[in-house]
Amino acid sequence: MPRSSARPVALIALGVAFLFAGSFWGLAKAPAELFMGDVQRIMYVHVPTAWNAMLALSFSFVCAVSYLLTNKWKWDSRLEAGMEMGVVLSLLLCMQGAIWAKPTWGVWWDWDPRLTTTAVMVFAFGGILALRAFVDDPERRAVWSSVACILAFVDVPIVYFSVKWWNSLHQAQSTPQTVSSAFHWPLRINAFGILFLWTGLVALRTRVAAARLRSELAPPLPPPGATASASGGAL
Amino acid sequence: MNDLLAALRKDLLLQWRGRAQLIAIFAFGAAALLLFSFAIGPDSQSLRQHAAGFLWLGLLLASTLSLAESFEREMEEQALEGLLLLPASARALYYGKAIANWGHLTLLGVALVPVMVVLYDAGTLRLLSLFCVILLGTAGLSAPGTLYAAMTSQTRGRQTLLPLLLFPLVVPVLLAAVKATSLLILGDPMGQFRPWISLLVVFAVLHWSLGGLLFGRVVED
Repeated sequence: MPRSSARPVALIALGVAFLFAGSFWGLAKAPAELFMGDVQRIMYVHVPTAWNAMLALSFSFVCAVSYLLTNKWKWDSRLEAGMEMGVVLSLLLCMQGAIWAKPTWGVWWDWDPRLTTTAVMVFAFGGILALRAFVDDPERRAVWSSVACILAFVDVPIVYFSVKWWNSLHQAQSTPQTVSSAFHWPLRINAFGILFLWTGLVALRTRVAAARLRSELAPPLPPPGATASASGGAL
Repeated sequence: MNDLLAALRKDLLLQWRGRAQLIAIFAFGAAALLLFSFAIGPDSQSLRQHAAGFLWLGLLLASTLSLAESFEREMEEQALEGLLLLPASARALYYGKAIANWGHLTLLGVALVPVMVVLYDAGTLRLLSLFCVILLGTAGLSAPGTLYAAMTSQTRGRQTLLPLLLFPLVVPVLLAAVKATSLLILGDPMGQFRPWISLLVVFAVLHWSLGGLLFGRVVED
């Protein structure tokens, strides 16, 4: 039964409003940074994107573990939505990083641990999305992508440390504690803006995934009013 | 334990009977090493510097062929389903295959070393250490590789999917193995060899245990 999409849409609207407010504050009100000047203002989207990308991928990891433990279809739908969002945010992160790096470091790309790890993450989780596209059996698709998601997620810290040992140049992470108070508020507002935006989008995307699952699991000629309940129970 | 030995014996026997395949995969790896040198040009100094990276890239590319092959045979006539019906745990089947693949890749790595020495003039006398690096590096490749091969061999587009899933995952193995091999070839004045070896060990231990834990779910029906 289709649920009302009022709540996710409200979340998305709230997220967009927060992003407008935070970005306006960051672009127009907050002072320019002393050494980097206006280029630094990309931090107001870059750092929140980084937090949220990690959050979205952690969310998919939780979904993957939950699916393997409970075999409930809802976790598979959430996994699909969360992983797509994580890949999109990581990709955005790489792009914003490149835009920032060109004027600051003079190069688009640098083999710094966080940058490289993000790129590896994009490929690792993007590969799992490709796997999902290639498997037709919903049960196998759910199990395999959960397994692959767990492997990829566990791998992230190892990739990070291996690249860190290999080469290092990036500045220390920015958190509200490490930046001056004039920069706090736009950073925080944008972080929540992106958070609301992606949770709303993930909620909607989960419904799309669940609807597809329903049609895949449905018997060939369903009696009127029947809902699918093949092996995972309620969607 | 007996299940594991039986599974290992089966996989080693399969590989022995398909040994022509090993030679073909070795030829592929050697050809890759030859081609990599064209990217650098005939400058012997820089070829020597990049030798370790080329060796491991060659091995990585060749490994996808050998890993995929190891499950290709199980797909014929639904052999895998027959195996799963046996009163043996899926874990034993996994470790049997993973160890057989490990041996296969180690052999391949050892065979590619002389090719590297000849083509890039990149030899080392610390042969035991080099063997250790190959052993640990291929351990890191074979555990996740076997798990992913089990999945991708049952899908459409398997030739694309296995490398797509495996390559990002084994970035730490590639980095650590290349660094360690490079230190053996070019000398190690700062004593950096040990940390890279520990990284290889950590990765291998983690993925061998995760693989055994998750394989049962991957092949269940």
